[in-house]
Amino acid sequence: MTTLDIPELALVALVGVSGSGKSTFARRHFRPSQVLSSDAFRAMVADDENDQSASADAFDALHHVAATRLRRGRLTVVDATNLQPHARAGLVRVAREHDVLPVAIVLDVPEALAWERTEGRPDRTFGRPVLARMQRDLRRSYGQLAREGFRKVHVLRGMAEIDAAEIRYEKLFNDRRELTGPFDIVGDVHGCREELEALLLRLGWVLRRDDAGRPVDAVHPAGRTAVFVGDLVDRGPDSPGVLRLVMGMVAAGHAICVPGNHEQKLLRKLRGRDVRLTHGLAETMAQLAAEPDGFVAEVAGFIDGLVSHFVLDGGRLVVAHAGLKEAYQGRASGRVRSFALYGETTGETDEYGLPVRYPWARDYRGSAMVVYGHTPTPEPEWVNNTICVDTGCVFGGKLTALRYPEKELVAVPAVKEWYAPARPLVAPAPARPDTVLDLADVTGRRHLEHPYGTLTVPAENAAAALEVMSRFAVDPGRLVWLPPTMAPCSTSTVDGFLEHPAQAFADYRSAGVERVVCEEKHMGSRAVVLVEREPGRFGGGVVHTRTGRPFFGPPLDEELLARVRAAVTSAGLWAELDTDWLLLDCELLPWSAKAGGLIREQYAGVGAAGRAALPAVLATLDAAAGRGLPVGELRGRMADRAAEVGAYSAAYRAYVGPTDGLRGVTLAPFAVLAGAGASYADRDHGWHLDLADRLGVADPGFFTPTRRQVVDLTDAAAVAEATEWWLTLTAAGGEGMVVKPYAGLAARSPKGSLLQPGIKCRGREYLRIIYGPGYTEPGQLAALRKRSLGRKRGLALREHALGLAALHALADNAPLWRRHELVFAILACESEPVDPRL
Amino acid sequence: MLLTLTTTHRPATDLGHLLVKHPDRVQSFDLPAGTAHVLYPEADEQRCTAALLVEVDPLRLGGGRGRGKAQAATPENFTLGQYVNDRPYAASSLLSSALAKVFRSALRGESRDRPELAATAIPLAVRVPALRCRGGAELAVRVFAPLGWTVTATPIPLDDTHPEWGDSRYVDLTLTGTLRVADALNHLYVLLPVLDDAKHYWVAPDEVDKLLRAGAGWLADHPERGLISRRYLAHRRALAGEALARLAEVRLTDDAPADDSVTDEPRTDSPQRASLAVRRRESVLAALRAGGAARVLDLGCGGGALLTALAADRRFTEVVGTDVSSHALTLAARRLRLDRLPERQRDRIRLWQSALTYRDDRLRGYDAAVLMEVIEHVDPPRLPALEDAVFGHARPGTVVVTTPNAEYNVRYEGLAAGRFRHADHRFEWTRAEFAAWVDRVSAAHGYNATVSGVGDDDPEVGAPTQLAVLARQEESR
Repeated sequence: MTTLDIPELALVALVGVSGSGKSTFARRHFRPSQVLSSDAFRAMVADDENDQSASADAFDALHHVAATRLRRGRLTVVDATNLQPHARAGLVRVAREHDVLPVAIVLDVPEALAWERTEGRPDRTFGRPVLARMQRDLRRSYGQLAREGFRKVHVLRGMAEIDAAEIRYEKLFNDRRELTGPFDIVGDVHGCREELEALLLRLGWVLRRDDAGRPVDAVHPAGRTAVFVGDLVDRGPDSPGVLRLVMGMVAAGHAICVPGNHEQKLLRKLRGRDVRLTHGLAETMAQLAAEPDGFVAEVAGFIDGLVSHFVLDGGRLVVAHAGLKEAYQGRASGRVRSFALYGETTGETDEYGLPVRYPWARDYRGSAMVVYGHTPTPEPEWVNNTICVDTGCVFGGKLTALRYPEKELVAVPAVKEWYAPARPLVAPAPARPDTVLDLADVTGRRHLEHPYGTLTVPAENAAAALEVMSRFAVDPGRLVWLPPTMAPCSTSTVDGFLEHPAQAFADYRSAGVERVVCEEKHMGSRAVVLVEREPGRFGGGVVHTRTGRPFFGPPLDEELLARVRAAVTSAGLWAELDTDWLLLDCELLPWSAKAGGLIREQYAGVGAAGRAALPAVLATLDAAAGRGLPVGELRGRMADRAAEVGAYSAAYRAYVGPTDGLRGVTLAPFAVLAGAGASYADRDHGWHLDLADRLGVADPGFFTPTRRQVVDLTDAAAVAEATEWWLTLTAAGGEGMVVKPYAGLAARSPKGSLLQPGIKCRGREYLRIIYGPGYTEPGQLAALRKRSLGRKRGLALREHALGLAALHALADNAPLWRRHELVFAILACESEPVDPRL
Repeated sequence: MLLTLTTTHRPATDLGHLLVKHPDRVQSFDLPAGTAHVLYPEADEQRCTAALLVEVDPLRLGGGRGRGKAQAATPENFTLGQYVNDRPYAASSLLSSALAKVFRSALRGESRDRPELAATAIPLAVRVPALRCRGGAELAVRVFAPLGWTVTATPIPLDDTHPEWGDSRYVDLTLTGTLRVADALNHLYVLLPVLDDAKHYWVAPDEVDKLLRAGAGWLADHPERGLISRRYLAHRRALAGEALARLAEVRLTDDAPADDSVTDEPRTDSPQRASLAVRRRESVLAALRAGGAARVLDLGCGGGALLTALAADRRFTEVVGTDVSSHALTLAARRLRLDRLPERQRDRIRLWQSALTYRDDRLRGYDAAVLMEVIEHVDPPRLPALEDAVFGHARPGTVVVTTPNAEYNVRYEGLAAGRFRHADHRFEWTRAEFAAWVDRVSAAHGYNATVSGVGDDDPEVGAPTQLAVLARQEESR
């Protein structure tokens, strides 16, 4: 039996004459989807798998598919004769472009057998000389394959060997996905042994020392693994000491290590290459001179065995010295290694003569977290799910470790400046790297996967949202969440009512919810308040509408934020929640404060027309009745219309209040959505409303409390009481209530699916300003009861899931593009056509 | 909605013969959107009043108002207009339809029983207690008075519990005069929807014939015929043009078309402003030509005013218009007649949806980009994102920027102090502010800039438009 070793990700070229059994071989060892056959592609482009005139087009298509598969990390097998160098060169090029290894498997069968098989196929019409020529090409290929770039060449001679062959997949060295940590990832050490010892102790490691008292290993009692991002040596006072410790940890399986460019250069020097003793190499060489030869040889062996990057924890973590872009992760090629060691440079040099590095992290959109070093910065900063933990210890900065998965930074200061930096340690160019968004992050038809589900955003919805987002919304950096739309309760059959609590309760009961909270629905304008203790990552905060627009505009919004900030401070919530910012979901009252124009232009106008027309109509009908004309019924109907217009006018007037600037304005918060490092979606509504109440206590003049009833749905008396409460509330001009699962925003049904976060149940009178003044007229009501809620409910649930994901991403410090993608998708959902009355 | 028609001609009850509706009966007619009732609240020898009452059925109203449908459905627009509206109460095109159906022969001036009376002007009074009058009560006078009516249009307050809100757009309209009944009805048939200015149905080309038929004998010489045609034909330019052209043929005095002094449409075309727009375009083109640009971007191209000029000049081998509004791009495509251009021409022009606050890889590598009257539509806190996307990422060789000069605003009569020239402007800069911005952007992104003005240079406040040309410095190695 012959075992063929193939990397898990490779481009496999089968090489053999016609009739050598390539297709059979491919079928036996690979999945059909992995095999790209030139015959199949000829058929695909020309309806005839033997049409040689279609070969060029067929290979174009084949190369395209192969490239796409390799980009997506799929093993790909090419079933073609691959006898000509130019044909193979195309495949090697495709493999290299995607940094995967090209592998050749040669099937060499006797010409007679191949001829017999070819003759047996009626569609193969070429003659024996053609086959003979192929055979000659095959012979010639043998010596060329390795030189052409095939990293592995397997040759199977004769039927016996072919039949007995087995494929065995080998992992790439960089594939350590099975290691799940937890990890302590240590930045560039550069010979700072003292600081490294201090850092490990800070992290809870226990050092082991040799007889001379030198640390040679370290163990973490909690079984953590250390990861070194490279550049252990040069510049600092004790490179050998650092190497001794790290080599010991790696050998004992307590640490893994990737090489840095300094290790690379040291290795070249140790191997006797001509390397200039600059950038601190001279110091290392001097220090090593005091070490025994054996140790130096050990160092060379250690460095030589290092793998340029690691993919860890199921693919969620990537460590490389200079970082690694997504396309290179888990790949193997010279340029991948070069990127991992040196990063990408623009080819320019700065005023200190150092190469200008291309800010690859700014464009990073990968899902794996990338932790790296190489570029010293004063403070590590997250940029698109990547972080550089080189904090210039040897230059007098500090030595930093990132605890994974905790995402916690631990650092110890340098003992002193061991080496003068060539350029001062400054923060990377103030390009605010994480604030840059790319159009490709949001436009086109998009498929989103997030922790609460998946969603496809149609391109036209994204296009509509782009206009709103870019022309009217606040800075995406501060637009961290948008409120989802809310579905009303199922349509009521109670006489005279379109919506009624009985239905709202029934909706949740049937979803398996036992305890709900009924919150008074304030009739104002939705306001999302992001408030920061002092201007920081959110510039102090923002107040925006449900579509992300600034609420009132600059001076007033600042005033409003200041008022909220003061209340949060005086309620003591910063310390209690251990946060320096909060995200509040609120209603701003009265309605007229924001919607004054709409009320005057639309609502009052309709009332004015009705109040002018209907009395004249009644007077006319009364006069006609006076003449004895039979207009009684008509007059009755018109009198009803007049009463409806009266009720309608009363309904909108209830939401009008005098305001002047913030005077007369109040805020009714009802959910505290998130704070630093935490989404509060899992807190119950008792917690949310309690915090809201405390803001009200802090500033009673500015905060309106939210009245509520907590209802056990199995308790008939409690249900009746809540119904009565709703009737009283709405009779007094209240908009209605929102019923929510008491457990909180992220509540799930017993079956585990996400619940509607709230169901609104709106008052009979309020609905006149939604469905029209006369909607209660029995004929109209009967027609309206046929309303369909499915679309609205689906939309509400999709937006809710996106909102939860956005809060999750915010707590997780996810990169801006990821957070924005989710918030953008909520807005895109809003361009879905749905009955605006729901 | 209600309309009453009263006469004091004797015997007043002859009105019943003219309208072909008996004064002692109540008659009802089915309409697409409800029911029309005709009845007489008074009918004697001295005085007779016919009332047309349209009972609108909201369920049959569907589809909303003609103009409402055309509005872009941005989330914060009033999307409930279809359900919460004045159509059941205020006179509108629904009332005209009812008139046409119920008083068909009277509208034609025919009367079997009283043919002479139908041809005779008699004392009439019309009352419409609630009429939406877009343009104010004064417009009601302007359209009815030239036809011989004495007009009383009393504005109706918006809400008597909120007197500070002032008057609504509705008036209580009374017309008195001595006219033929047919003329009176035709006037109402055409002018009620004109004042309301929102048709309840799709305006098809045959509406031109309807307008000319109903307007026979009075519309051609009406001083407001331009406004009447436009509004009656729901602002469909082509139709209004056709109507006016046909009216001109029958007009006796061929004077200049009346100026429609109610701001009926955005008045961007007044001579002074138009010339500024043209001069701005010329200056931008000159700057592009001077820089030798061949492949150019028009960022925020809108409806494509500049694109047409760019496309007409063959030295621009590639012209890309971008806008965040797909509607604007549709208009631009129509204006450029993209679908009718020969392939070679068509290939020079591209229209892409893009947003200037996002980086867009497609925009890299162009010779020049134009930001003509664009930056002032971006909220100031979002400008850094635009600067990054244009100067940092797209990095064209030349960037031409124009924006209003706020100092010049005092020269615009009718522009209140502190107001902007356009409702969507987020800011308007003085010359010092614009220069400071240009300096900062140039320094941050490696451009050299020159700033100048477009339009007549006022010694005190400068030119109305500011223009900057930013040229990228050679990339240092």
